[in-house]
Amino acid sequence: MDIFDFSEGREGYYGEYGGVFLPEILQATIEELLVCFRECKADPKFWQDYVALLQNYSGRPTPITHLENLSRKLGGAQIYVKRDDLNHTGSHKINNVMGQGLLCQRLGKSKVIAETGAGQHGFATATMAAKFGFECKIYMGAVDVARQRPNVFWMENLGAQVIAVEDGQKTLKDAVNECMRDWVTNMADTHYILGTACGPHPFPEMVSWFQSIIGLEAREQMLKQAGRLPDRVYACVGGGSNAMGIFQGFIDDDVELIGSEGGGHGVGSYMHSSRLAYDDATVGVAQGYKTYFLQNDEGNMNETHSVAAGLDYIGVNPIFAHLHDQGKVRFEAATDVEVKEALKLTMRTEGLIPALESTHAFVTAIKEAPTMGKDQIILINQSGRGDKDIFTIADALDDAKWKSFIGGKADQYRAENN
Amino acid sequence: MGLQRFIAERKQSKDILLMAHVVCGYPSFEENLQELEIMAEAGVDLVELQFPFSEPSADGPLFVLANEQSLKSGTTVDQCFEFMKLVSGRFPFKVLMMGYYNTAFKMGEEAFVKRVKESGGVGYILPDLPIEESPKLHRLSEEAGIEPIILMTPTTSDRRLAKLGEASRGLVYVVARKGVTGSKTQMGDDVLALIERCRGHTDVPLGVGFGISSKADIDVLRGHADVAIVGTAALKIWQEGGAPALRKFFTELMA
Ligand SMILES: Cc1ncc(COP(=O)(O)O)c(C=O)c1O
Repeated sequence: MDIFDFSEGREGYYGEYGGVFLPEILQATIEELLVCFRECKADPKFWQDYVALLQNYSGRPTPITHLENLSRKLGGAQIYVKRDDLNHTGSHKINNVMGQGLLCQRLGKSKVIAETGAGQHGFATATMAAKFGFECKIYMGAVDVARQRPNVFWMENLGAQVIAVEDGQKTLKDAVNECMRDWVTNMADTHYILGTACGPHPFPEMVSWFQSIIGLEAREQMLKQAGRLPDRVYACVGGGSNAMGIFQGFIDDDVELIGSEGGGHGVGSYMHSSRLAYDDATVGVAQGYKTYFLQNDEGNMNETHSVAAGLDYIGVNPIFAHLHDQGKVRFEAATDVEVKEALKLTMRTEGLIPALESTHAFVTAIKEAPTMGKDQIILINQSGRGDKDIFTIADALDDAKWKSFIGGKADQYRAENN
Repeated sequence: MGLQRFIAERKQSKDILLMAHVVCGYPSFEENLQELEIMAEAGVDLVELQFPFSEPSADGPLFVLANEQSLKSGTTVDQCFEFMKLVSGRFPFKVLMMGYYNTAFKMGEEAFVKRVKESGGVGYILPDLPIEESPKLHRLSEEAGIEPIILMTPTTSDRRLAKLGEASRGLVYVVARKGVTGSKTQMGDDVLALIERCRGHTDVPLGVGFGISSKADIDVLRGHADVAIVGTAALKIWQEGGAPALRKFFTELMA
């Protein structure tokens, strides 16, 4: 099945979702991007360069780890983890960013802009911009700036300008709007590096293409390491890029694909970011594309929440909206509380520290593994590492020693300032 | 009377028309009404009523704030249509709905067109809806006798301008520069050249907007464009100086 074989007149559509809903002023820019992307996709050399770059710069292929302790403890399926946390900058975001960096060189543009939620995409973009010599601006909701300081610190030190967005809910969606506003002004020399498989065509296809490297590697590695394909593959879903990445490796196989969304405070709380697992989202058009959004009856977006900033988003990639309709991907949600418990378990039994985003995939897998047979196999995509979340996790664990350390640091800085 | 004929009639007595803009419910519907009274007195010809949306990605900081505050104070789509009905009945200027496509999409395109028409609107401006996505909405509009306002921009290719020109009805909105609403535009030869380029592709009247804030700007457009469109500048004046300042602003613009 090729989801990207569009029928006549339906380019950029996945069922009824996707499309291009942008102001007229950007039509020429998006057309230019589409033409360039088509050239890159048709050019085997481009993909070779891309893979080589990720091998030499980011440590690909990332390994697959068999979680023997956790599998034994849960007493069901054998659990394997694809380790995209081992990428340079600590998440899968670098895959897409390096790809778009190469594409930006082809476009001949000298500046890049990006939105970021957790800060991982901004961090990766700032890194790529430093390497490729692009001027870089990162838009980030003020709420996210406050909760993801370590990533802001790195972005700024890598030479990027980080702009705290004070509009709306001050989170990821507002950062996307601000990128659009920058882009409609500066498109002549600026490429917008969208960080997930959302937004107007060709972004969902393009980001999915770059992220497909995860699934390509994982399929081969599973065959070699486990001797066969997994029965189920789990990935967390913010916009849906890491999940699209790993799922593409198994989409034509008899493998069940499960996306895990931000359940926040749970079903019925209206404080979550589950577009497909819960029934609260409806089809709408915003941020350049048509998909399921968490919105009210009049089409204004609702407040969303997740303990993981990278999942805290109103919309979901249009490809998933379609695959959900078709029953090809199952969607579940993991609540904030479940995420904290799963993180503790994973740290203690396996020595792995998944990002809060990725831990959502672990929650669903950990719930389901015991119900499966010992001869069955599941694969989890660990999209990122949890180091960036140290402040959030320390709060969640109510760690007294950490608090006293931070208190001491604060005293020290205050004394220096006086 | 259709929009195009209205513009033609008004143009018999003046060489350029003026279109103004308010964001419904910001600062409040009462203040909107005061603003509109001043606009009507000054002889404004057309008014865009912006329906607030939570993701106004084509707007600049002042309108972003206006959208946000209006929604925060509880403005609904229904209230905006009621307000449109009130305004179109009370004032001599013609009224257009302005907003983002999701507002129309969520109501359903049939219901949207019906409601604009019933509320006395002569058309609508949906800047995030490209023509590729609008054949059905355009057909429904034609049946109802209201006009979809198409935008032409400095980055639009001639090939695309031809396509837009073919679909244009009532009035074309010529976007004077790149960027979002709000900041100043240098009204000069570039804008005039753009108007000429657009003129080559459509027979409907041309309105020029984005960054128009003074009589000098309008004077540049005189003889080239049919309608000058003033948005952010008026809201800024209202916020800074209230009714007297706005009255002075429009009186000077129309002089
Ligand atoms: C580590 C990590 N995983 C997952 C996500 C969610 O994004 P996506 O669904 O596009 O993979 C993010 C987003 O910031 C992230 O940082």
